[in-house]
Amino acid sequence: MPADGGIGASTKRREDIRFLSGTGRYTDDLNRPGQAYVFFLRSNVAHGKIKSINTDDAAAMPGVARIFTGADFEGVGGIPCGWQVTDKHGQPMQEPAHPVLAQGKVRHVGDPIAAVVADTAEQARDAAEAIEVDIEDLPAVIDMKKAVEEGAPKVHDDLTSNLCYDWGFVEENKDAVEQAFQDAAHVTTLELVNNRLIANPMEPRVAIGDYDPAGDMSTLYTTSQNPHVIRLLMGAFVLGIPEHKLRVVSPDVGGGFGTKIFHYAEEAFCTFAARALKRPVKWTSSRSEAFMSDAHGRDHVSTIQLALDADNNFTALRTDTYANMGAYLSTFAPSVPTWLHGVLMAGNYKTPLIYVNVKAVFTNTVPVDAYRGAGRPEATYQLERVIDKAARELGVDPIALRRQNFITEFPYATPVAVEYDTGDYHATMDKLEEIADLSGFEARLAESKSRGKLRGLGVNCYIEACGIAPSNLVGQLGARAGLYESATVRVNATGGLVVMTGSHSHGQGHETAFPQVIAEMIGIDASMVEIVHGDTANAPMGMGTYGSRSLAVGGSAMVRATEKIIAKAKKIAAHLLEASEGDIELKDGAFSVAGTDKSVAWGDVTLAAYVPHNYPLEVIEPGLEETAFYDPNNFTYPSGAYACEVEVDPDTGKATIERFAAADDFGNIVNPMIVDGQVHGGIAQGIGQALLEGCVYDEDGQLLTGSYMDYAMPRADDVPYYHVDHSCQTPCTHNPLGVKGCGEAGAIGSPPAVVNAVVDALQRNGSSITHIDMPLSPSRVWAAMTQ
Amino acid sequence: MTDVTMTINGRAVSGAVEGRTLLSTFLRETAGLTGTHIGCDTAQCGACTVHVNGASMKSCTVFAQEADGAEVTTIEGMANADGSLNTIQQAFQDHHGLQCGFCTPGMVMTAAALLKENPKPSETEVRDYLKGNLCRCTGYHNIVKAIMAASGQDVSAIAAE
Repeated sequence: MPADGGIGASTKRREDIRFLSGTGRYTDDLNRPGQAYVFFLRSNVAHGKIKSINTDDAAAMPGVARIFTGADFEGVGGIPCGWQVTDKHGQPMQEPAHPVLAQGKVRHVGDPIAAVVADTAEQARDAAEAIEVDIEDLPAVIDMKKAVEEGAPKVHDDLTSNLCYDWGFVEENKDAVEQAFQDAAHVTTLELVNNRLIANPMEPRVAIGDYDPAGDMSTLYTTSQNPHVIRLLMGAFVLGIPEHKLRVVSPDVGGGFGTKIFHYAEEAFCTFAARALKRPVKWTSSRSEAFMSDAHGRDHVSTIQLALDADNNFTALRTDTYANMGAYLSTFAPSVPTWLHGVLMAGNYKTPLIYVNVKAVFTNTVPVDAYRGAGRPEATYQLERVIDKAARELGVDPIALRRQNFITEFPYATPVAVEYDTGDYHATMDKLEEIADLSGFEARLAESKSRGKLRGLGVNCYIEACGIAPSNLVGQLGARAGLYESATVRVNATGGLVVMTGSHSHGQGHETAFPQVIAEMIGIDASMVEIVHGDTANAPMGMGTYGSRSLAVGGSAMVRATEKIIAKAKKIAAHLLEASEGDIELKDGAFSVAGTDKSVAWGDVTLAAYVPHNYPLEVIEPGLEETAFYDPNNFTYPSGAYACEVEVDPDTGKATIERFAAADDFGNIVNPMIVDGQVHGGIAQGIGQALLEGCVYDEDGQLLTGSYMDYAMPRADDVPYYHVDHSCQTPCTHNPLGVKGCGEAGAIGSPPAVVNAVVDALQRNGSSITHIDMPLSPSRVWAAMTQ
Repeated sequence: MTDVTMTINGRAVSGAVEGRTLLSTFLRETAGLTGTHIGCDTAQCGACTVHVNGASMKSCTVFAQEADGAEVTTIEGMANADGSLNTIQQAFQDHHGLQCGFCTPGMVMTAAALLKENPKPSETEVRDYLKGNLCRCTGYHNIVKAIMAASGQDVSAIAAE
């Protein structure tokens, strides 16, 4: 292994130096000469008809450059949706228009009505207060089931109803599933809510539009997880700017968690306004704006049923889900409850028959899209809760019931279309039982009891699908994009490398982990490798970072490009060593001739590539730079088993996490320290969902949780130390690194563990409660206990 | 507009501000010290934490005019004299106490204030003191561990967790 870390080393992160010294460069830290500032006037009602907008007084306010309204965007494209779902009748989903600024109607609190551009941010805000907007209130639809009732107010007047699609999967299995339920020895049914969440990366979104008339060149600086995707969507579908006249830069980005994947109206606005005004236009979201304009997550209401035979084998599963789309379709919203949820319903189990129905519904709320895990937490939560309930109904050990039904042979083709390549679910469960010290639970239970506290244990498994692919399949499923990744590896004359990757790091540590891979491949120090990302001007077209795909897909592209580099370098080395190319070996940063002591250093070869004096110019081009695009032939399938122990205070209903353990199988690991950190963060978000977080609208569509005063983010004293382990490793069989992805696991695996534990604590105390909907706040738990 | 002058990381900085200008804005826009981050608008996230006259404060809760004449220390003023990371900063790197880095300046400033008040805090005391600082990436595990390590306490027992 290279001295400063190859594959498997917990190399300290190089990016930390700038973050710890205050010299990171986040989008809001950037300012362009002569820039103006925009303030968006947003709707304060959930649904209404815009009768008039009077901007005369506001336009005369100091510093105001121009005020834009929806009328300025007539003839301009709307915000596009990147995934078209086909319903169970073979019809395309209903797809409403999504103007950059509201036209005719407002459809959720926070919908932008007008945009004031002024010399300072304060002037823009002041002037916005002088805009007179006359809105005729319309009845709002917030509850999904009411939204699809006959006669419900329509969010979009030009659609036939508020139903975006009614999806059945696998539709051909529906009758067989019904038969299996009729034949079942036992059926467990559970109705549950997967609570609406707000992603809340700590850095609010920022966009700066810039325009250079000399070259007719637009640049957008934005807080995005995938700048190339924004360039394509905004350029091609909204503003009509060809990609060679549009550059998108995402510098340091302060967390994403999904909500910075999507193309937002504010990005298009700033780019548009900069072109109109011939000056840079900057928008910095306040946190209050973020709550009402960042895409939200989850928000499913489901009924799940599990059928078992007399021996407790799972024979069939079916689920009916209502999935909230909000008022408009965010970029990947339609895919989340379908292709990221339905196809995961087999979980870790060999259930032979599965049917998933999803009704996606428009409501007068902020659009809902992918949030850490995206569909997979919703699938896992349903499945692992209903299994837990079944075990309790049957009086069997929940772990034993799971083990009995585990998939044990791979590859395994599920009845919901996907094929798992590898996994060992007994091994992760064994590891969990060890690290969670489950054998010591009874003693801890007694100790809690002695203090008057109710202790409970919750265990569950999860499987997820990462590195969404391949492109030709997702295209058939409705994706309007490819899902490959790219890398250009540029070797400099003196031997250092620059990797330009389409992946984007916003906390994941790519700048440290990616060089570890190249260092291992070539046998040089990782410090000789620099990672460049987040700028469409220098990275090849890439799809960005989400879905735990960066190392599995982006890392694979980098490996492929580096393999091309090594292959060419061997040719050069063969020439320099006057040997046959087939005899050249690369080890520890030197090329040698097999079986001899003849060798040439990496740096000598790279120098020869750029100073080709002694060089086979007739057969090889000079230079050493290669690009690869990698399109995986399958998802990867990380899996794991999680255990949570809670204490419930019987006097208040407050549940406290006492212990949390996670045994994950991520395949091969490049940087264990970073992987630990990813799992920690995911678990905290899952605990947040289970105990604390919930986005609440009142029946009129007012957002009641519009700040950190009302939306309970997990804080340091809400969570314990976590015991995480990823020593169970079944490498992915179809990518060159054998990696699976670890970014979302914690958020997927932890909510059911917490809820299972609280239900366990209450049942051990004699309660007949079988379910409490998240978040399990003290008031909800207390209410359940006193029912 | 009112002229204010304050000493930031040992350097005098002057600027004209409105009555409503927050110290956080002054630090970022006037002093050009963008290490102080703004993560919310309700004084709940702690990303903008700095030290004013030696006390830890959320700089979004202080008007720039109130800080006229004050001694302010920001994340940019925390490194050792030779530019290397100080003990707390180094512990954050050693124990992976940051991911996206956005909350990090506030976390470091809060941790410094804690260790000044309480040089050997317990885990519970660290978690309690961090209540005003939100992090969405780390789940706090490695932040708590880093602060414990920076205080000179042995964290090897939690290394495996």
